[in-house]
Amino acid sequence: MDKALTKNIDETRGPLDYQGYVAAGGYASVAKAMEMAPRDMMALIKEAGLGGRGGAGFNTGLKWSFIPEPDGGPRYLVVNADEMEPGTFKDRLLMEQDPHLLIEGVIASAWALQATTAYIFLRGEYTDAEELLLTAIDEAYAHGMLGTSVNGSDYRLELYLHTSAGRYICGEETALINALEGQRATPRAKPPFPQISGLWGRPTLVNNVETICNIPSIVLNGVDWFKQQGLGEEAGSKMFGISGRVNNPGCWELPLGTTFRTLLEDYAGGMREGYSLKAFLPGGGSTDFLMPEHLDVPMSYSEVGKLGSRLGTALVMVLDDKTCPIGCIHNLIKFFSHESCGWCTPCRDGLPWVEHMLLEIEQGRGKREYLDILKEMTGYMGPGKTFCALAPGAMAPLQSGLKHFMAEFEQHIDEQCCPYKHDHQLQRSA
Amino acid sequence: MADGMSEKVSITIDNQAIEVDPDKNLLEEVLSAGLDLPYFCWHPSMDSVGSCRQCAMTEYADEEDQHGRLIMACMSSPRDGARYSLQAAADFRAEIIEGMMISHPHDCAVCEEGGECHLQDMTVMSGHTYRRYDGTKVTHRNQNLGPFIGHEMNRCITCYRCVRFYRDYAGGTDLGAQASHHHVYFGRYDDGPLESEFSGNLAEVCPTGVFTDKVFSKHYSRKWDLQTSPSICAGCSIGCNINPGERYGTLRRVVNRYNDEVNGYFICDRGRFGTGYVNDDAVRIRQSMTRSSQDADPVLVSNADALQQLQDMSGAIGIGSPRASMEANFALREKVGKANFYAGLSQQEFAILQQILSIYQDTPAHIASLKDVEASDAVLILGEDLTNTAARMALAVRQSVRHRSFEKAAEQKIPLWHDAAVRKLAMDERSPLYILSPHATRLDDVSETTHICNAGQAARIAAAVASRFDKEVLAPEKLDKAEQALVKRITASFKGARQPLIIAGSNSMSLPLVQSAANLAQALYQKNELTQLALVGSEANGLGLMLLMEDSQQDLQQAFATGTQSAIVVENDLYRRAPTAEVDHFIAGLEQLAVIDNIKTRTGEQAHLVCASATFAESSGTFVNYEGRAQHYYATFKPVDSILPATRWLAPETSLATLTQACSQTLANCAGMADLTPGQDYHYAGLLVPRQQFRYSGRTAMRANKNVHEPKQEQDPDGIMSYSMEGVSPLKEARVFNTPWAPGWNSNQSVFKFQDEVGGHLKQSSIGVRLLDKRNSAEEGGYIALDSSEKNTAFPLYHLFGSEELSAQSQAIQARATSAYVAMNPADADRLGFNAGGGVTVQGNGVVPLLLRDSIATGSVGISVGLPGLNVHDVLPDVSLEPAPQWQAPPQWQPDNIIVSDRLHKLHEQEGD
Repeated sequence: MDKALTKNIDETRGPLDYQGYVAAGGYASVAKAMEMAPRDMMALIKEAGLGGRGGAGFNTGLKWSFIPEPDGGPRYLVVNADEMEPGTFKDRLLMEQDPHLLIEGVIASAWALQATTAYIFLRGEYTDAEELLLTAIDEAYAHGMLGTSVNGSDYRLELYLHTSAGRYICGEETALINALEGQRATPRAKPPFPQISGLWGRPTLVNNVETICNIPSIVLNGVDWFKQQGLGEEAGSKMFGISGRVNNPGCWELPLGTTFRTLLEDYAGGMREGYSLKAFLPGGGSTDFLMPEHLDVPMSYSEVGKLGSRLGTALVMVLDDKTCPIGCIHNLIKFFSHESCGWCTPCRDGLPWVEHMLLEIEQGRGKREYLDILKEMTGYMGPGKTFCALAPGAMAPLQSGLKHFMAEFEQHIDEQCCPYKHDHQLQRSA
Repeated sequence: MADGMSEKVSITIDNQAIEVDPDKNLLEEVLSAGLDLPYFCWHPSMDSVGSCRQCAMTEYADEEDQHGRLIMACMSSPRDGARYSLQAAADFRAEIIEGMMISHPHDCAVCEEGGECHLQDMTVMSGHTYRRYDGTKVTHRNQNLGPFIGHEMNRCITCYRCVRFYRDYAGGTDLGAQASHHHVYFGRYDDGPLESEFSGNLAEVCPTGVFTDKVFSKHYSRKWDLQTSPSICAGCSIGCNINPGERYGTLRRVVNRYNDEVNGYFICDRGRFGTGYVNDDAVRIRQSMTRSSQDADPVLVSNADALQQLQDMSGAIGIGSPRASMEANFALREKVGKANFYAGLSQQEFAILQQILSIYQDTPAHIASLKDVEASDAVLILGEDLTNTAARMALAVRQSVRHRSFEKAAEQKIPLWHDAAVRKLAMDERSPLYILSPHATRLDDVSETTHICNAGQAARIAAAVASRFDKEVLAPEKLDKAEQALVKRITASFKGARQPLIIAGSNSMSLPLVQSAANLAQALYQKNELTQLALVGSEANGLGLMLLMEDSQQDLQQAFATGTQSAIVVENDLYRRAPTAEVDHFIAGLEQLAVIDNIKTRTGEQAHLVCASATFAESSGTFVNYEGRAQHYYATFKPVDSILPATRWLAPETSLATLTQACSQTLANCAGMADLTPGQDYHYAGLLVPRQQFRYSGRTAMRANKNVHEPKQEQDPDGIMSYSMEGVSPLKEARVFNTPWAPGWNSNQSVFKFQDEVGGHLKQSSIGVRLLDKRNSAEEGGYIALDSSEKNTAFPLYHLFGSEELSAQSQAIQARATSAYVAMNPADADRLGFNAGGGVTVQGNGVVPLLLRDSIATGSVGISVGLPGLNVHDVLPDVSLEPAPQWQAPPQWQPDNIIVSDRLHKLHEQEGD
């Protein structure tokens, strides 16, 4: 596999500036992209099979192709850099270590979409990324890669960095659009899709940072090269990572389809001494738990999907045998509950209820009937019931947790205490 | 809302086949089919956003599909041939309610909404009974939202209806959704009165008791204990349909009564909160009185003596009133004879209203109802400050600008009920609205252009537009380049419009403006037969009064000129109609002045005989609104015996129905009045129509502290309705449509059970009869030559809260009103040497505050109308002001209460320049 996303990353020296980036072959894709007709470039990306790296894995070129032909009015490309998925830190790495790659991707993608303006919607807490991106954007303007004449052509593109005021829901593309407009960050109903009516009612594409960072190398190296980068059916390399009690937590660019065992043992250095793997969330807080027997699952959208979970962001959270799974789930639900935008009833009112029951169980006040209610809640907030995917995502660790850790749930309730009994944040918050 | 009807498609719901309109959403169609499906966030006037998830149902992919998938009915278009189930999603709907109930306080017993609470109804309907949540509830701090609206956020179920109405529908800015997750809070940024003129609708839009009618709360009664009647708001010329409620002899509240062609689901705050005067002894005349001379103390008289004295006043002239009913005015006209009947309107207002009536009779354009206003897609407002003179029409105009978004949605095949998407798609693109006004207005935020100019210039601009549609209209001179460009834009907008609308009215006190509006409508009509014209009046029955005048020219000045010794005035304060000195002179010359009125007035204080008459809430009658729509109102309750309806004072032996019939037979254009009620002998199921609900409590007990015997039920001599709970409300007789109620639907949402489809007509007939609709296309008259004698140095400034005579006597309205003032552009003030923030002496009226506003046309002076401290008739048309440096603000001077539309233009006073 060729490194496409992290080839310029050298943590000993910090990110490349414009000259350094160009010297390393950067911005070459802009000229090449602009030799292509926009629709041809969309077709290229579609054929390459680049799955959306925000977590859904939807074909990026296909998503692009729904944008209508230009009508002379504004069209927007929005980069979703609001990385707030629990346990996920891949976009941060890309932006902090190689901001020009993102900008190059933005320009090439904007050309395909014939966007007039692009925004990077950045998580507010990413202050280092903010600083680095602002510098890089200034450099790109100064060197004519952005502005009235992109790369000497008559194509005009403005790029703005917007730092989020901070809500998890802003990662949902329509809520992000509302937030960017200065409205409350609540999702919009689809249809109409943002490609038709997005930012300020105009055609808009929202793509994840990593997705956009993949565009330059696809443009330069072509479809066949990109397809070879994955190990299985799915194309490309992908940012993977692990957090939890492993020896070497971190983030790496690996071929899509790399097994979890490789990731855990070869890259993360295995579990820390004294801890063993109890379960893992394959791609962020809103994915279903997988178990040790799934160690050899190839980390691809389809293979993880077959096990009833999702690849998600592919940043794995490892649950070890010394950590209470109920405490873990409660912690996640507390986050999701707090981050609900408050728009639809099941999510707004259901999540606090679930959080309440989990806290009661964890703190030794659980009731048997809670288990039935919790099960019911996973259906109540399941896919299709709520306005957006936040609550169904929040239910993923709960529903899989109820399946895999029922004995622990029952033990908590029967013994009216948490058998793990370690000093957990929960005790403090109680 | 959809233009044009699509072919119906058939679907099955729980094996019941129904035909539905594919342009509507499933929820609407399920309700229209008479089925029950709970909902919260959807509202027939505000459409769907899909937030509450309450209207879930199950859709099946095909005949084989056993599981189906959950859909939200309000967010789904019916699919031809599809199979749905309400039953299969029942558990989910119960869970939704259970979720909402997690933090709801269950305080129904002490909640004003209890008994008419949509949340109660939906909870029962959903089947949710036992709350399993056992944690603590979220609580909120409430805000003081001013004199109209109470706030109890703990009851909130977060349906977002309040902000969708307040912001999206009514254009308010000071109420919003705050915070997130289960802490979402609906309120203002800080305590303070809600600024919107439509804030009262929050009490009806809120499905539970978060926003409540604060005025009602002060003397609260359960909905089922209120005696109610179908009534008409007397607050302005729109004639909104209202439903007043009474208990223990006092008027407790006013709520909206549905009429799809007029007010739909909403009324303004003047109409809702401006009826406190009915109960106020300091305002009302409760007992007839006589004075031996104008200066003598009054002596109470019996009804019989008062009637005898009225009887004895032969040879008197009669002065009618635009706030009195058709029947009361007609009875006076009959009593004194047509030749002795005077309109009780100033010369100028008489001339303008007469012109309006004549325009309505001649114009080929359609006279726009509020429904037509909403359906118009290019609007020009000439001079009228609608928000302050005909507020409900301003709300309709605000909807008219949305047509551009509907067009865009249709292009993108987005269903029009998909409210959030339709609004987003258009963003700030709107159908054209042009406003020509001497000052900024509350509609400027949605207007394409608000051009600040005086009435004469507005008339010329309208004439210039007209001349572009028909060369017979002479293009006027005196337009500058900017105005010529404006004329071009207006012309282009009207050419591209499907249904153009011109709005003007009598409140601008400019005859040429009304004439020019009519000419423009006529010229436009040559090109577009859907052209609409709306000419608003000033009071509830101004146009009706003109119908009574027929060809007579007898205005108030003519009455003064008669030199009569004897006059009968019905429900009119002459000091609000003519210069003070002229009224003084007239009254001084009278030997006999009889005033029949329900409130104390300056005129009444000098009368030899004052007869206590009934308010709209205590009497029945007919008002004719601005469009010529005659609407009948029924008394809500019977007043004390010493108060009689004005008709009974004037025609004691004649029934109301006889007077109504006489109007219809005697007056030109009024034949339709015969159909206003189902007739004096109407019975339904053998009984009169009850004013009280069948749950009305305390009938035998409520007066037991005075007398253990149950009193005889009051009789209504006018028939049709009884002061009783016996009988049933006729389901299909919209003319006596009282408080809506249906099994399981105790809240105002139940009205859909009485509509032919959700948001449609009331079953069988709409309310009211349009008297001036042409049965045959009348011969078109020529264009009107504009009256060129008018000066435009002064213009009237109106206030929704304070300018109208009756509502201004209500305490809740007074809390939002101010005293009289004069306003001018700071440039003029500088030029003329007036101090910023000082007072001015107005001829004959003492000193009033001078308000400097950037948004006022230079060269003009705005004079407040109807506010205490200044008689506008003393000032217009030739205003003369002197600086009054020694001015001290009167106690009622509340500049913060001036709902100036130019909020962004800060008061210069505050800027201190």
